[in-house]
Amino acid sequence: MSYLTYTGRRLIQMLPVLFGISVAVFTIVHLIPGDPADVLLGQNATPDRIKLINHQLGIDRPILIQYINFIREIFHGSLGFSFDNKEPVAKLILGRLPETGMLLTGGIFLSILIALPLAILAASKRGALRDQLVRAIPIIGLGMPQVWIGVMLILLLGLKFPLFPVSGFGDTFLQHLRSIFLPSLTIAILLSPILIRSLRASMLEILDSDYVLTARAKGISQTRITFVHVLRNAVIASVTVLGINIAYLVGSLVIVERVFVIPGTGSLMIDAIAKRDYPIVQGVTLYFALVVVVVNLLTDLIHAALDPRVALK
Amino acid sequence: MKSIKTFYLGAGILGLLVMAAIFAPLITSFDPTEQDLMQTLSAPTSAHWLGTDALGRDVFSRLIYGARIDLTIGVLAVLLPFIIGVSLGLLTGWFGGRFDSLVMRVVDTVIAFPFYVLAIALVFIFGPGVKSIIVAITLVGWVAYCRIVRANVLVAKELDYVHAAKLTGLPIGRILRRHLLPNVISQAIVFSMSDIVLSILAIVSLGYLGLGVPIPTAEWGSMIQEGQPYILQQWWLATIPGFMVVIVGFALSLIGDGLVARLER
Repeated sequence: MSYLTYTGRRLIQMLPVLFGISVAVFTIVHLIPGDPADVLLGQNATPDRIKLINHQLGIDRPILIQYINFIREIFHGSLGFSFDNKEPVAKLILGRLPETGMLLTGGIFLSILIALPLAILAASKRGALRDQLVRAIPIIGLGMPQVWIGVMLILLLGLKFPLFPVSGFGDTFLQHLRSIFLPSLTIAILLSPILIRSLRASMLEILDSDYVLTARAKGISQTRITFVHVLRNAVIASVTVLGINIAYLVGSLVIVERVFVIPGTGSLMIDAIAKRDYPIVQGVTLYFALVVVVVNLLTDLIHAALDPRVALK
Repeated sequence: MKSIKTFYLGAGILGLLVMAAIFAPLITSFDPTEQDLMQTLSAPTSAHWLGTDALGRDVFSRLIYGARIDLTIGVLAVLLPFIIGVSLGLLTGWFGGRFDSLVMRVVDTVIAFPFYVLAIALVFIFGPGVKSIIVAITLVGWVAYCRIVRANVLVAKELDYVHAAKLTGLPIGRILRRHLLPNVISQAIVFSMSDIVLSILAIVSLGYLGLGVPIPTAEWGSMIQEGQPYILQQWWLATIPGFMVVIVGFALSLIGDGLVARLER
């Protein structure tokens, strides 16, 4: 299979998933028990307002028409309008993107910075004490609640030793960078156990491969083998691991934003829940699912481009 | 030998916690929700082993009563996805065809949703509480079991013992239950150990966000959230509930590793 065919096939595979996502997100409002308008309005419910809301939601129309309208709104790029301030949901999400984007980038950057040296250390001597110590990290690390890591970092690096801001996003770019350090570190601590595990495994596999044996036979030093031959391939592997875990990562962002009061996309969603602003909840859910699908697609395509064996299978 | 040791160590730690949770009323005489506004934020004393929180409630008692909530929901929330996922995995792997592709597309769709985003959306629909948490974890969690079991069935159904069972004319239901299931379920059981940790983490996170078990019920996540404002003076209020989760995660991880080593032998 050529790369082009592979790309085409992956794109076609995406269609049923996109359809499934649209149906699932569409269903959210229909799952609300009882009359959604009643629930949405709470104590402010009067027959007139319920009728108005139902009309706004379009739930007085046949279900198929509602679904088509929902899809139409997605393609118009508005994702519906907020109940609270009547702004298009897409615009609200876009407005929060810099915060979430910086946090995501910072988190990935720091987790690679933590995981890579530890994985190299562990893989350099299989079964040695340092290997066993590094292998113990995921056992502890994967059991730590996101919110708790965040609160502990606030205590240690924000309050006991006030090195970084504990909440907010700041006004200038430098302040942004300082503000996102602790939340990014939280994400890195969450993510690096997963990365360490797979990086170590893939480095061990590469160290056993024929081309590393050849490199050794040619008399190339161990350091050069590790950093030039093994590391490059191991980084490719970690990109894939990050791609696979993007859903977990994005989900954690929502929580971490909350702990550090960062006004990103996740906070937008949680605030919307308190206000029962259902178009935002629906919009953000859809948006995050699309991010995951697109990132998974890109990961597969990049992986196939770097490693032609993937597309051939 | 080593595997058995890790397994028993993990089971021992978890067992202790479970016992503490079950016999909580015998270990502590304080009601975890009873407020004593004359004695708020006290340091550890001989009466209050871990001091009291901002509402004067005994922290030690909240911690072990919290174990009841978090451990019970953690296990309960994994039970349903396990049953649904394993059954669907058996059926899709065995029958294949259109049914298989349909279920796999549903699996792809579920995977596309970040768990916490979906969970928060579901809490929005059903309102905060135990029911929403269990529904959310079930809706997402079955997928992993389904994939694991399906992959194993695809391999196992081509093996001789399954062909033999088919040739003897056994009904399909019996082949699936008695012959295939015991051979394909072990990986799913191992995974369920780490899955319990994941579901406890979810309960804690949702509790922290105020979307989980409603207050004033003692729950580790809401305890972290309630302790956060006092973290400089009473650091243990927010720290120790998190430690409890780490210990549970550690124990389950040991049990899982022990099981893997046992199965690989």
